[in-house]
Amino acid sequence: MATAADNRFREDEKRRDADHISFLKHRGFRWLWMALLLCAFSIIGYALIDQEPRPNGGSWYGYTLGTVGLLLIVWLSMLGIRKRRISEGAWSLKAWTSAHVYLGLALIVVGTLHTGFQIGWNVHTLAYVLMLIVIISGIYGVYAYAALPKELSANRGDKTGGDMLDTIADIDRKLESAAQPLGRAGSDLVIGVLEQDVFYAGAFSRLTGSYPGCATKRALAGIPATGSDAEIRVHELLTARAEQLAQIRRHLRIKAMLEIWLFIHIPATIALLAALLAHVISVFYYW
Amino acid sequence: MSDLFKVAIIGSGPAGMSAAGQAAKREMSHILLEKTDHLSDTIFKYQKGKHVMATPSDLALRAGGYEEGVHQGMEFEEGTRERILGIWNKHCRIEDERMPTYEGEVQDFDINTRLNAEVVSVEGEKGNFSIKLKDGDTIRAETIVLAIGTQGNPNLLRCPGADHPMITPQLDDPEDHIDKHVIVVGTGDAGIENALGLATDPALGNTVTVLNRGTDFAKAKIKNATDLTSADEEGFLNISYRTSPAEVRDGEMVVETETGQEIIPCDMIITRIGSQPPRKFIEAMGIEFTSEDRSAFPKLSPEFETTKAGVFVIGALAGYPLIKHCMNQGYDVIEFLATGEAVKPADEPLLEKVFENLPGGKSVDYWLELYRTNVDIFAGLSTLQMRELMLDSICTAFAPGEVIFRRDAPGSSLFAIAQGSVAVEVNPNDPSITVPIGQGSIFGEVGLVSGRRRGATIRAAEDTVVVELSRKAALKLIGSSPEADEAVKRISIERQILQLFGSGLTPEDIKPLTDSAVVEEISAGKVVIQEGADDKDLFIVRLGSMRVEKGEGERQTFLGLIPAGNFFGEMGIIDGLPRMSTVRAAVKSEVIRLPGEGFLDLLAQKPQLRERALQIMDDRRRSNEEIESRQDKDGGKVDNFSGLASFLFDEGMGEATDALLIDERLCIGCDNCEKACADSHDGLSRLDRETGKTFAYLHVPISCRHCEHPHCMTDCPPNAIQRGADGEVNINRETCIGCGNCKSNCPYGVINMEPVPPEKPSLLSWMMFGSGPGPGEAPYSWRKENSDPGVAKKAVKCDMCAGIEGGPSCVRACPTGAAIRVSPDKFLTFAKMTEDVEG
Ligand SMILES: Cc1cc2nc3c(=O)[nH]c(=O)nc-3n(C[C@H](O)[C@H](O)[C@H](O)COP(=O)(O)OP(=O)(O)OC[C@H]3O[C@@H](n4cnc5c(N)ncnc54)[C@H](O)[C@@H]3O)c2cc1C
Ligand code: HEM
Repeated sequence: MATAADNRFREDEKRRDADHISFLKHRGFRWLWMALLLCAFSIIGYALIDQEPRPNGGSWYGYTLGTVGLLLIVWLSMLGIRKRRISEGAWSLKAWTSAHVYLGLALIVVGTLHTGFQIGWNVHTLAYVLMLIVIISGIYGVYAYAALPKELSANRGDKTGGDMLDTIADIDRKLESAAQPLGRAGSDLVIGVLEQDVFYAGAFSRLTGSYPGCATKRALAGIPATGSDAEIRVHELLTARAEQLAQIRRHLRIKAMLEIWLFIHIPATIALLAALLAHVISVFYYW
Repeated sequence: MSDLFKVAIIGSGPAGMSAAGQAAKREMSHILLEKTDHLSDTIFKYQKGKHVMATPSDLALRAGGYEEGVHQGMEFEEGTRERILGIWNKHCRIEDERMPTYEGEVQDFDINTRLNAEVVSVEGEKGNFSIKLKDGDTIRAETIVLAIGTQGNPNLLRCPGADHPMITPQLDDPEDHIDKHVIVVGTGDAGIENALGLATDPALGNTVTVLNRGTDFAKAKIKNATDLTSADEEGFLNISYRTSPAEVRDGEMVVETETGQEIIPCDMIITRIGSQPPRKFIEAMGIEFTSEDRSAFPKLSPEFETTKAGVFVIGALAGYPLIKHCMNQGYDVIEFLATGEAVKPADEPLLEKVFENLPGGKSVDYWLELYRTNVDIFAGLSTLQMRELMLDSICTAFAPGEVIFRRDAPGSSLFAIAQGSVAVEVNPNDPSITVPIGQGSIFGEVGLVSGRRRGATIRAAEDTVVVELSRKAALKLIGSSPEADEAVKRISIERQILQLFGSGLTPEDIKPLTDSAVVEEISAGKVVIQEGADDKDLFIVRLGSMRVEKGEGERQTFLGLIPAGNFFGEMGIIDGLPRMSTVRAAVKSEVIRLPGEGFLDLLAQKPQLRERALQIMDDRRRSNEEIESRQDKDGGKVDNFSGLASFLFDEGMGEATDALLIDERLCIGCDNCEKACADSHDGLSRLDRETGKTFAYLHVPISCRHCEHPHCMTDCPPNAIQRGADGEVNINRETCIGCGNCKSNCPYGVINMEPVPPEKPSLLSWMMFGSGPGPGEAPYSWRKENSDPGVAKKAVKCDMCAGIEGGPSCVRACPTGAAIRVSPDKFLTFAKMTEDVEG
């Protein structure tokens, strides 16, 4: 049928003309400028507006900053939902992330000015500290996002995580038959290798890349590279296995470092939201 | 000598089965001859449990209706392969332990079936044919219904022992084979997939050797070839290069290698060395085909009679690839033999639908005749061919001024004008400038040939009746009618030149050029223009695309991409200097070659055109010089650019229209693209981010590239793959029959066969209560546990998020900007590909 012009052609053509630009650079740093403007206005306001009796969250300017900060935090938290709710429409998660990062950083200024530099042991300061924790973890996140993908890519080449495990499975199959002629000690070492799960070690190993008790390493040390034919073959296979394990471990380490901070960022966000609720309620009921 | 049957039906596929059933019902003396030891070999070979579809759903099955639950003829309904063959076995009173017996009641036909009866030749005339079987028997019949499908016969090894029982031309289920020594002969996709299936699952414990006569795997998809070679490197299997079979003996194969003969022990030999289409066998009976083209079908009368009187052809061999069509034809042909009168074809209601939007309430026959007499390219067609053609087409009437299609709309269909005329808006800036196309002629041929978007808006100039032929129907027409082929070629060349060189020209001006134009097919990688040569022709890319390069080997610099619809070679003609760069086909392409002098003459006559050509030449030269000057300053960057371009071409960018590219300097591996994809499409991701090739930092994941001429479309029996309104190549889940042809035809491995997964609990209930598997594609185990096992597997692939506002969700859902979908002609530029992404 004749295709009417009511399609996405124009938008699609624009999209097809796209370029690889990181979220930090998104639209010529649009959100960086927005955030800087926000900071500048907040600081200028703080300096110029005469707050009675002293700058603090309770003055009208303090309320203004507090409201801006609260709205920002709530909006920043929504990223978690935006990321998972794939609704129709012209949104882009990259634009969201870009705005998230820069406006999130601006919170340091907005939030701090909101406190009027009054810090104490109370629920108000708790909220402030939680906010800083979220922000600091976020800063690490940005660093990780900027620095680690290259390493991840270089390490894996064309291989997927699944491919790497397949290689291990294949080496193991060969090890099993190659180890048949070995003596008792040698066989035990190889059995130890075969029985050890690739993921045997915990989160700490994953992050640091240090795997004490690695059976492959032990077996490599225990089976000579220059011995009987079988030993030579097993040693070769173990070397290949160690190399493959090293690649997997690098892969896991980089992926863990790309994610680990979210284990602080997200729970701290939830705690922050709770603390903020307490903060707001206490301000309105008991001041 | 045996009895003389009224009809011998050769082949027990759906077509032959239904013919035999109808003959039995009419008590016509008949025999059904089947080559294999079971009925319906094509269906028999479907995957176990394959859900067989009964499309088109609005086509009625002949021999009408159910009475007391029993169909009054050959039964066929959507269902599993086992159910259908079980019913047919019961119709024929055949017991086959490989097929579960059907428990329900079916009509008992007394079909005279003979299995293991391969027909090798047919002699004689109508009234008395002698049919020779492979086992030496002869069967005599007055008429023959040929329903042997299009499978043909698998090729045999050309060495002693080629009929050894260890040899099989196919592998049903790799998991049926354990601890075997297997030799695979044949390095096409089928052979490689079998070898990988048998070898890469260590649990099966098979030892697999693949014989390769040469050193490469040119016949296979790149992905299969690399999978195979890496399986070899990783020790899963063994590839023997420059090795060919010399003899097959019990338990071993003798092979010829570069260093002499060797012996490989084996228990099974899989030969995947292609098959002989049945054409020769059919021609030997004296049956003519519509053309030399490989895709041509036998010439048939409206009653399916071939040019050999008394021999009828039905089913897939007659060009109807769906089971329902086949079955109806079986019925029709027997009714014709019994009554001497043609049955009103079963497709009549469908055709009524095709014509229902045309004015005047005229009959199907009226319109068929009108189209045939008025449209030039339909001149040579028979009624049967007309019917078939129109079934796949859309007939529409337009009022004066109504738009038929718009500039830049996607579309690869061909239009023909049966009544009235149309006006082409040749100038995008001024719709009042138009060129007419009159009754009987065609338009839209550029889209048909190149797969590119429409070049101009076309409106009806008066009350107009047109027919829009789907690309598939148009290609079939061109393939079967040399006159139509000639006409389309000529018109498309003329229009392409006119469109390219501007609106001031008339067909008269370019007649000398058109007359001397030749269309040439260029295989991928073949050079059209060689740097330094001094030939003087001008070329227009008609289909595919060209890459422009300078220098040799290591020092080769990529300069640019020339997409279809553009010309090249003008520099040498205008300057008279040797060729400045090398131009070669990025993918399989077609060019129109025009003589340089003719072009110069035209330039001399038309100063405006001369101006334009000089302008284009200048732009190109400037862009080339820009890249070359960078070469001196920043050689690394330019080399990287050339390398990347080369890599992208290998990955299919030369034929892509919209491809997903991931910048690995930005990709954090969160797989949000995959999750978004799944959540936008019934819970199945059509994209595999991590798999796929990477060069430098650029990663091409497994995801549809929406090719200009999609490979997946080439062999889709229900024609379920179409290009949609946004230019996406889309598979219609409703009409897909799940045959998997598209999957095996796609060189990039982007199509999967999957059942629709069960619905997931909402995002909110997952976030609050942790119910369901969460965002993204649910794990296989969850899908399996929660779904109905009867759901049919169908083809799934990227549809570019067609109809979804905002566009592809993989791109929208990328948090860092790593994922973009681009068109190659825009992306393959120096600026884009050397962009510094970090902030
Ligand atoms: C994987 C797959 C899935 C499909 N799924 C569907 C689906 O879901 N729905 C649908 O409608 N269509 C489907 N199709 C298409 C459909 O199977 C075919 O179009 C149909 O089987 C063609 O029927 P036919 O009777 O013309 O030929 P065939 O079914 O090919 O039957 C030909 C028969 O002739 C026999 N024969 C060949 N040569 C000789 C000889 N010389 N002497 C004697 N006998 C001979 C063969 O052994 C065979 O049994 C599918 C196709 C494939 C490959
Ligand atoms: C109080 C302020 C902030 C709050 C409440 C907040 C909250 C969140 C939340 C809820 C997410 C979603 C995580 C997920 O579901 O995966 C998120 C993601 C993220 N945040 Fe923050 N954030 C804050 C400040 C910051 C700052 C200052 C930065 C950076 C400097 C930052 C960087 C990020 C990044 C990089 C992501 C990951 C985006 C993605 O991968 O999709 N955040 N944040």
